[in-house]
Amino acid sequence: MSSKDPKNKKPFSRRGFMQGVGAGASAVGILATPEQAQAQGTVKAMGPAAVPVTLTVNGKPMKVNVEPRETLLDTLRGKLDHTGAKRVCDRGTCGACTMIVDNKVQYGCTILAIDAQGRQIQTIESLTANGKVHPIVPAFVENDAQQCGYCTPGFVMAAKGFLDKNPNPTYDQVKEGLGGNLCRCGTYVGVRKAVLEAAKALRGGATAKGATNA
Amino acid sequence: MPNYSWPPMDQRKVMGKAHNRLDGFAKSSGRAKYPSDVNREGMVYGVILTSPHAHCTIKSIDTTAAQKMPGVTAVRVTAPAGTEIQWAGAEIAWVAADTEPHARDAVRAIQVAYNVLPHFVSEEKKSKAGTRAKPAGEQTTGDVDEALKAADGVSEGYYAIPVLTHSCLEPHGQVIEWKGDKMEYWPSSQAVSTVAGDLAQQLKIPASQIHVSMDYMGGGFGSKFPSDIWGAECARLSKDSGGKPVKLFLDRATELTIAGVRPSAYANIKVAGKKDGTITAWQSESWATGGFTGGGMPPIPYIFTGIPNRRLNHAAISTNAGGARAWRAPNHQQACFLTFSAIEDFAAKIKMDPVEVLVKNLGLTARAALYERQIRKAQEMADWKKLWHQRGDSGSGNIKRGLGIALSTWGGAGHPSECRIKINPDGSVELEQGTQDLGVGTRTVVAMVAAESLGLTVPDIKVKIGDNAYPVSGPSGGSTTVGGVSSSTRKAAVNALEQLFLKVAPALNADPAKLEAVGGKIQVKGDPSKSMTWKAACQKLGVSSISETGKNDPKNPMGLNTQGAGGVQIADVSVDVETGVVKMNRVVAVADCGLVINPKTAESQVYGGVIMNICGALMEERVMDETLGRVLNADMEFYKLAGIKDIGEIVVHMDVHPDNDKRGVIGLGEPSAISTIAAISNAVANAIGVRVPRVPLSPDHVLTALYGKNMERSRA
Repeated sequence: MSSKDPKNKKPFSRRGFMQGVGAGASAVGILATPEQAQAQGTVKAMGPAAVPVTLTVNGKPMKVNVEPRETLLDTLRGKLDHTGAKRVCDRGTCGACTMIVDNKVQYGCTILAIDAQGRQIQTIESLTANGKVHPIVPAFVENDAQQCGYCTPGFVMAAKGFLDKNPNPTYDQVKEGLGGNLCRCGTYVGVRKAVLEAAKALRGGATAKGATNA
Repeated sequence: MPNYSWPPMDQRKVMGKAHNRLDGFAKSSGRAKYPSDVNREGMVYGVILTSPHAHCTIKSIDTTAAQKMPGVTAVRVTAPAGTEIQWAGAEIAWVAADTEPHARDAVRAIQVAYNVLPHFVSEEKKSKAGTRAKPAGEQTTGDVDEALKAADGVSEGYYAIPVLTHSCLEPHGQVIEWKGDKMEYWPSSQAVSTVAGDLAQQLKIPASQIHVSMDYMGGGFGSKFPSDIWGAECARLSKDSGGKPVKLFLDRATELTIAGVRPSAYANIKVAGKKDGTITAWQSESWATGGFTGGGMPPIPYIFTGIPNRRLNHAAISTNAGGARAWRAPNHQQACFLTFSAIEDFAAKIKMDPVEVLVKNLGLTARAALYERQIRKAQEMADWKKLWHQRGDSGSGNIKRGLGIALSTWGGAGHPSECRIKINPDGSVELEQGTQDLGVGTRTVVAMVAAESLGLTVPDIKVKIGDNAYPVSGPSGGSTTVGGVSSSTRKAAVNALEQLFLKVAPALNADPAKLEAVGGKIQVKGDPSKSMTWKAACQKLGVSSISETGKNDPKNPMGLNTQGAGGVQIADVSVDVETGVVKMNRVVAVADCGLVINPKTAESQVYGGVIMNICGALMEERVMDETLGRVLNADMEFYKLAGIKDIGEIVVHMDVHPDNDKRGVIGLGEPSAISTIAAISNAVANAIGVRVPRVPLSPDHVLTALYGKNMERSRA
């Protein structure tokens, strides 16, 4: 079982948008005019110019102006200086922008920033905040689960989401569960070991060196 | 002259012991700032208009509307009316705007009229290439015709390996900010010390005005040496935007279309020899493309260069596609695949174990003893004697298991490099070097060398790299970095230590030449009772630091580094002959690396080399649309990379051996990334009983080889 379910998308995701277009443009995200939106009475139309929104990032409310077409990933990286999540494929394939939104592992490039209002956005930066270090981070270090490191934050967040739901995974489950992320340097061997070691640490086994239980 | 040689293998305290990479925490916590993460006050975003046509001329271009779009700060045209474009994705115009969406809007508002011309993008059909194929001229040695006639067995095969893209996860690009006539430059680069000079030439300004900073970069694999037109136009957009900082990185489709490819290679090959496995003749007709400028000439026969009778014909073909760049072991994957597939086919023809055919012919290679030791080791690790069988003799079920083997060779000597070591009165040590860590562990390796040389521990060394203000070190390419930076660091550390000994000797009442630095102390050799701590010793410096440099000179590496790495890999696969799916069971890699400084990151390099080429063996292929002349899969859904569950198990054996250690440090990045494709291709042939001529070994290609469908389309 993959920890990411591509079918369960929110209406404002770009993939949902595309599917909506194909299905006759019925999704609320693509109503043609503000009047139409109001007539439907379900959604307040925004844009096309930038609009102020508040995003809850790692528990903190953050005010920011975004265009309705802007992805959560681009907003975090470009406007809120949360650059841990990376933009690589920019279309929900590679997992480099993996974050946890409302306790669900998500690709930040497939969520519009305006659609992330009112949701709990957890980024890689939260794993080493307030003087605490989540055990997954040192497990990646100990097992050399990174080379250039560009895919690594995505892997770490995917691992966190996976372990939250699968605290005692087998080796084969780790290989399935992390299947939504791609690496070019070839760090998979280290990642497999790191996730198993982090699982052990999280269950209260030998704590990975350098971790404080966050 | 001081003695710079490495400490004897059994006396090393730091080198040779596994060490976590120093930047592991920064990377795994998302705190590491890559060039594409740089955000500057008032920064604007650059976006490129690229050609949709593979071959065309620009009839007219009008940027009036684009200039008036919201947020636009600059519009530039680099392909004005009359320009001939030779590949889809070629740059035409550039926009900077306050936001990336605004810049994209403005790019869409640029009006271009194209005069579309005929294109050629499918080089595999050599017969259609016409004058685009440039023959290299026939090379002959011995008498091939006679040898073919006299042979006990002759294998004949067609072999094809496609164009790949580098697919760096961090795309090519940079942030540039002018400060008066000086420039801050944050490139994603493999060449911290030389990229400014390259950009300066394009901009016609002194290189001394460009300051390069790059702590991390998201993958290069050979494609990120120059500043490119992307750097120059980023700088010009910044100028035109009133000096505002500009961030310009290629989008994914452009990255996969124009930011470099690995050339393809195709060949019809005959291998002939005797019943006992002795190879007597090689004949090949090969062709390749590296894009519009052609290129791509694999050195075949690979490794077995001493085959007595050889006839080679090669042609480089020009296509209307983005150009080639160095790709982790340039031309070697192709040469290895062509050669070892052909030799395996010869072994199958004479019904002999390919391992024994290789061993029988090692006299035709430059390193017979090394390869034999490595082959035997790999054979043992892979259970070869138990699992190998005659080609196709894989039982009656749908799942067929097979093994395949291939060898590699690479240079890997150290590049020119200079290092500065400062020892401060407070005991702190700074190491400065204008090198870069591509993710291979350079930071960690130089810290380990300095710590070893100074009798300290790794955390005692403050490593400063990724800045062109530091002493010049070469670009990271060709596996030349580790030899260069480790040798220059060793020399700088020995030189600095010699200075420290001069300051400390009077207090210890000893000859400076009799001192040594061990375990955080300076002591008299043979009399450890006469010693002082490192800190106390450094206090003798008074107020001035020691600052000494060391240089690696590739013409005289003084035994610290060398070239010539061998290597053997064996692949173990299972193939489903109903679906054509190849499953990786295991890859065994015996890696030659000379002296190993950090076994942990060295092993990671080998894992990486193997995995990258599992992708190349099973999935990766740039697919061109023959009608439109565009890359059909310039994305990550259909330009496929292996995921974490696709790679099977990988077993690495670092060939750490006193004989190897004596040779000094050798680069490891490329040698580990050469033989996997050939080994997997051979394993598949062994499993299913026929050669799949084309990689990737996708279900389509496997089923075509098995059942003969569609074969005509791939023939020259």
